[in-house]
Amino acid sequence: MDVIVVLWQRQMRRYVRSRSRVLGAIGQPILFLLALGYGIGSVYKRAGEGNYIEFLVAGIIVQTLLFSGVFWGIQILFDKRFGFLKEMLVAPVSRLRVLLGNSLGGATITLIQALLVLVISIAIGFRPHNWLMIPVAILLMIILSVTLTSFGAGIASIVEDFQGFQGINNFIIFPLFFLSGALYPLTGAPAVLRFLTSINPLTYAVDALRWALNGQSHFSIYTDLAVMSVSLVACLYFAVSRFNRIQV
Amino acid sequence: MSQSVIVAENVVKKFDEVVAVDGISFDVKAGEIFAFLGPNGAGKSTTISMLTTMLRPTSGRLLLNGHDVTKEQASARRSFGIVFQDPALEEELTAYENMKVHAVLYSIPKKEQAPRIEELLKLVDLWERRNSYVKTYSGGMRRRLEIARGLLHHPKILFLDEPTLGLDTQTRNLLWDYVEKLSKSEGMTIFFTTHYLDEAEAVAERIAIIDHGKIIATGTAKELAKQTKTKSLEDAYLELTGKTVRDETSLKNDGLNVRGALQRSRLR
Repeated sequence: MDVIVVLWQRQMRRYVRSRSRVLGAIGQPILFLLALGYGIGSVYKRAGEGNYIEFLVAGIIVQTLLFSGVFWGIQILFDKRFGFLKEMLVAPVSRLRVLLGNSLGGATITLIQALLVLVISIAIGFRPHNWLMIPVAILLMIILSVTLTSFGAGIASIVEDFQGFQGINNFIIFPLFFLSGALYPLTGAPAVLRFLTSINPLTYAVDALRWALNGQSHFSIYTDLAVMSVSLVACLYFAVSRFNRIQV
Repeated sequence: MSQSVIVAENVVKKFDEVVAVDGISFDVKAGEIFAFLGPNGAGKSTTISMLTTMLRPTSGRLLLNGHDVTKEQASARRSFGIVFQDPALEEELTAYENMKVHAVLYSIPKKEQAPRIEELLKLVDLWERRNSYVKTYSGGMRRRLEIARGLLHHPKILFLDEPTLGLDTQTRNLLWDYVEKLSKSEGMTIFFTTHYLDEAEAVAERIAIIDHGKIIATGTAKELAKQTKTKSLEDAYLELTGKTVRDETSLKNDGLNVRGALQRSRLR
C-alpha cells in the first residue's frame, strides 16, 4: 500500500468513527437553508425574484465546502499539537506525500459533506434545472473541495494554536462567505458590495455552481472557471510551501 | 572497540542569536545504552531534534549509522526509531492500525508486515488488545505501543525522549526491562534522555551531561561519581550542573507541548 493511500485511509477512518462530526458539519448549512430559505423566501418571491431556495442551494453547498474544507485544517493543527504529525514527518517519506495523503482525505470528507447537503436539498424540494448537469456540478465541487482543504492546510501550517485558527475564521472565512453572493443576488446590490464581491474568488465558485444547478449565472462561466483554476493552483502552492516549513 | 553508530562533530544550533547547542561532539557505539542528561533548557531536546532530522544544525556534522542526517535524510531516518517525549499515536485508530500506518510509512514489504507487527505487539504484551482504540489505552500501554512501533522497521538505533515521564514505578521498571532485553537480543543502540537519575544509573552503560549547550561530562555512572568525588550519579549531576532551578526557555514549539505540560504538572 502506498503512503498516500494509508494516510487518506486514516483520515477516512477518523471521519467515519466520529459521527458527531458528520452531523455537526452539515447541521449549520441545513439550518441556513431552512431558516433563510423559508424565512426570506416569501419576501424574495414578493420582490419578483422567484424561488429563493432554488437560488440559495448553490450558495449553501459552497458554504459547506468552505467551512468543512478550511476547518479540516484543524486536523493538521491537532496532529501538530498532539504529536501524530511528528510520526509522519520523521518517516522516510517526502513531506509532499504526507501533505497529499492527508489533504486528499480532507477533500474527500469535505466533498461527502457537500454531497449530503445536495441530497438533503433535493429531499426538501430543490430541483436542478437539468439533471444531466449534476455530474458537472459534482466536478465543480471536487475542484472546490481540493482548493479549500489546501487553503485550510496552509493556514493550519502557519498558525500555532486553536485561538489563532478562530481568528482566521472570523477575519477570513466569514467575510469570504458573506461577500460571495451565496446568500443574495448581485444584480441590484450597492456598488461597494458589488465591488467587494467581485474581488472575492469564492464569488466565481458560487456563480459556477449556480450555473450548473440553476442554469443562471452572473458572470460568464469561462470567467468563473478561470478564477477557480487560478485559485486552485494558488491554494495548492500555498499549502505545499507552508507545510514544507513546519517545524515540530 | 566496536563501531560508532551515532557521531556528533562540533554541532552548533542557533535560534536567531540564542545558542541552544554550542559545539558538542560525542559518539555512541553499536549496541550501547547511552543516557543524555541535563537540566531543562540545556539543549537536550534540540540535540534530539537534530539527531532525528527534525531540525537542521547551524553547523557541524551528525551521522546516524554512517548517514549524514542532512545530506542523506531518508537513509538516516530509516536507521532509527523514536519514542517522542509527547505521545505521537493516532487515538482514533486501533493499536494494530497504528502499527500498519507505520509499516507503510517505512515501506516494509507487505509480506513481512503482519508477522513483524504480531511479534512486536506480543513483545510488549499488547497483542490481546491489538484491536482496541488507542484512546482506550493507559499511559503505560501507549508508551509500550510507541516502543513497539519504533522498532517495526528494524532500526539500528532507538531514541527514547523521556520515555518514563508520567508513568508509575511498576510501568517504569517494566519499560526498562523491555529496553534492556531489546538491547541484548537485537544488539540495538539505545539513546535516551530522562530526569530520573536512578534510571540512568541503573540502565545506562555510558552517560553524557549537557548544560548551557555544552557537554560537560561523559563516562559511566561510576566514573562521573569518581570525577566529582561524590557517591551517586545524582550527587555527581548536581555537583556538575549546580542546584539552581532552571526556567525552561521556550525556543520553539514548547508552548504547544500541552500533554507534556499536563504530565509534568501531574508529577508534581
